[in-house]
Amino acid sequence: MNRFSLIFLGIFVIAALSWSSLVFSNQRAYGAITAHYDENEGKAFPQPIPGLAQRGKLVYQDLGCVACHTQQVRRPGFGSDQERGWGERQSVARDYLYEDRVLLGAMRLGPDLRNVGARQTEAAWYLQHLYDPKLVNADSTKPAYTFLFETRRIVGQPSSEALALPASHAAAAGYEVVPTDRALALAAYLANLKDAYAYPEINHVYVEAASKEGEQK
Amino acid sequence: MASAPRTATAAGSAAPSSGTGRAVQAAIDASARGPVLLFLVSAIGWLVLASGLSLISSIQLHTPSFLADSPWLTYGRSQAAALNAAIYGWGFNASFVLVFWLMARLSQSALRVPSVLIVAGLFWNVGVTLGVGGILAGDSTSVPWLEIPTYAAPLLFVAYALIGAWAIVTFSGRSSGRIFASQWYLLAALFWFPWLYSVAQMVLFFQPARGTSQSVVAAWYAHGVSSLWFTAIALAAIYYFVPKITGKALRHYDLAALGFWTFLLFSSFTGTAALVGAPVPAWTTAAGVAASLFLIVPVLIIGLNHFPTLAAGADALQGSTSLRFMLVGMIAFTVSTLTWIVTSLQSIAVTTQFTLFGTAQTQAVLYGVFSMVAFGAIYFLAPRLAQREWPSLALINAHFWASTAGLILCIAGLALGGLAQGAALNDPAVSFSTIAATLNPYLFANSLGVILLAIGHLAFAVNVVRLVLQSVLGGAPATDLFREAPALEAAR
Repeated sequence: MNRFSLIFLGIFVIAALSWSSLVFSNQRAYGAITAHYDENEGKAFPQPIPGLAQRGKLVYQDLGCVACHTQQVRRPGFGSDQERGWGERQSVARDYLYEDRVLLGAMRLGPDLRNVGARQTEAAWYLQHLYDPKLVNADSTKPAYTFLFETRRIVGQPSSEALALPASHAAAAGYEVVPTDRALALAAYLANLKDAYAYPEINHVYVEAASKEGEQK
Repeated sequence: MASAPRTATAAGSAAPSSGTGRAVQAAIDASARGPVLLFLVSAIGWLVLASGLSLISSIQLHTPSFLADSPWLTYGRSQAAALNAAIYGWGFNASFVLVFWLMARLSQSALRVPSVLIVAGLFWNVGVTLGVGGILAGDSTSVPWLEIPTYAAPLLFVAYALIGAWAIVTFSGRSSGRIFASQWYLLAALFWFPWLYSVAQMVLFFQPARGTSQSVVAAWYAHGVSSLWFTAIALAAIYYFVPKITGKALRHYDLAALGFWTFLLFSSFTGTAALVGAPVPAWTTAAGVAASLFLIVPVLIIGLNHFPTLAAGADALQGSTSLRFMLVGMIAFTVSTLTWIVTSLQSIAVTTQFTLFGTAQTQAVLYGVFSMVAFGAIYFLAPRLAQREWPSLALINAHFWASTAGLILCIAGLALGGLAQGAALNDPAVSFSTIAATLNPYLFANSLGVILLAIGHLAFAVNVVRLVLQSVLGGAPATDLFREAPALEAAR
């Protein structure tokens, strides 16, 4: 181990091996994944992400939501993801096809959000939850994101976007709490999070695990 | 501490034992003085800042309303800023201190044109400042370990390119034919980091890869930097300082090469083990799990090199804080790698995945392995660069005990909390508010640990700043502070 050229060659070969097998070969494999066209519905899945939701995703990134929330439903029998109602099926690679930044996450201090849009459909729920999570769940340990909202004097007609707040949280008389554009975009992004479509591959991945789960029940 | 017995040069460094040895060594140290002190002072600054930020984010874990009104310090941002200040601010600056000190000493080669390194060091720190500021301002990429916004990344890359090239230049000026184990690890780290960083930046941000193949690259990067940069540099320092301070030749040194190659090969594949259950190709995670199991080989060999050597030179532990820090680092390396192996098994991962246990593992490597070893090395090298004794022995002891106790408290709190959290998450009947209530005592223990760490870091910072000020402002250096090293036979 006294020849620099040999040491360098060894380091280089290992780096090249690691890169080509983990990075490069996956780039190639993922190139083969395409959208799935469903003839019955006349649509291709996954569906493109709407513009407002795309902007909301930037808010999700900038606030670091990924520090507490994952966006991946694991297979049946590996954790309690489906029992907790986080999705009717496991997440598959194709679900993330159109995302230019994939935020799988690695921490669950809060629930998984991959299908939160399927659980909560009301925009008001998201806004109230962001303004003060205790409005939605008295025991919530989520921090409040009041800075995404503006408390302003009512001039003329009250705003149609103003939050409907209970007396304990209401703004002073003559004032109203209105979501900022960032809050509206974030709510739109969350409401759009749902992987409803059943791709052909979900029927044959981890069938074994799923059937074992069935026997136990 | 400054009078720690400097009894041995590391095996293989072939230092001349004639009367001029100390003078040659002093000339080499003097050439490294400017840049290494710059990296050292920057590292300390970032360490104090990171301690403050991680205190904020650890309090927010059990008291979510703490500073929640401030968009700059909301948990998602404070946590990412603390991590990145610790990695790129403290971690990399301290790594550069170790890299240049070890390279110059082991290669018996003076640093050439050190002003280039000073410019590169300034650029690096401007890049990290922009990056951490950017995270707090809301420009985080939200990719773990790569949260620094893309506009700061080119600065970091260019600065690193200069720094890495200079380290290789220093190495190539070596006067000794032998290449010691420390140098293998340094060369591996110096080559791996730019490789990891440029590939991750390209594939994740500048030309985003499709879908969840991004997650594979992100895991490859984060674990790569953790093991092939931070752990590798810590191991380089351990290989140098353990024989040097104990005055004992390394045991089983003939196995060290095997330990190095297996560490490098398996560590470069282990990162994807963390993705078990994720929507990525199954073979990717299977490869990660298999590589993780094989890590047992380098752990055993590296342990065989150091633990018997430390046991033989145990009396040196009394007089040397450096060696005590190295011992803690070596224990942390063994325990954290064994834990990684165990938690890569699916039956265990189903409980530990997505919990505070992962945070504990990150802390164990960044703090337990790397920072502890870096502290130990700095206690040895800074007085030699400044040619002064450490101003306060009490502060040194305060630092050692506060950071060791803080480390144990943090890791125990997070790891045990993570196990409780994982068990509760797997039971769908347990609500999130119940889990949060269960976690509170563990999170309080973690906060207490973070406070202890911060106290230790402040003691360290005061000592380093006083030492550097004395060296810069004070009178003639004390040239007779360090004794001549006797020659040591290499253990072959």
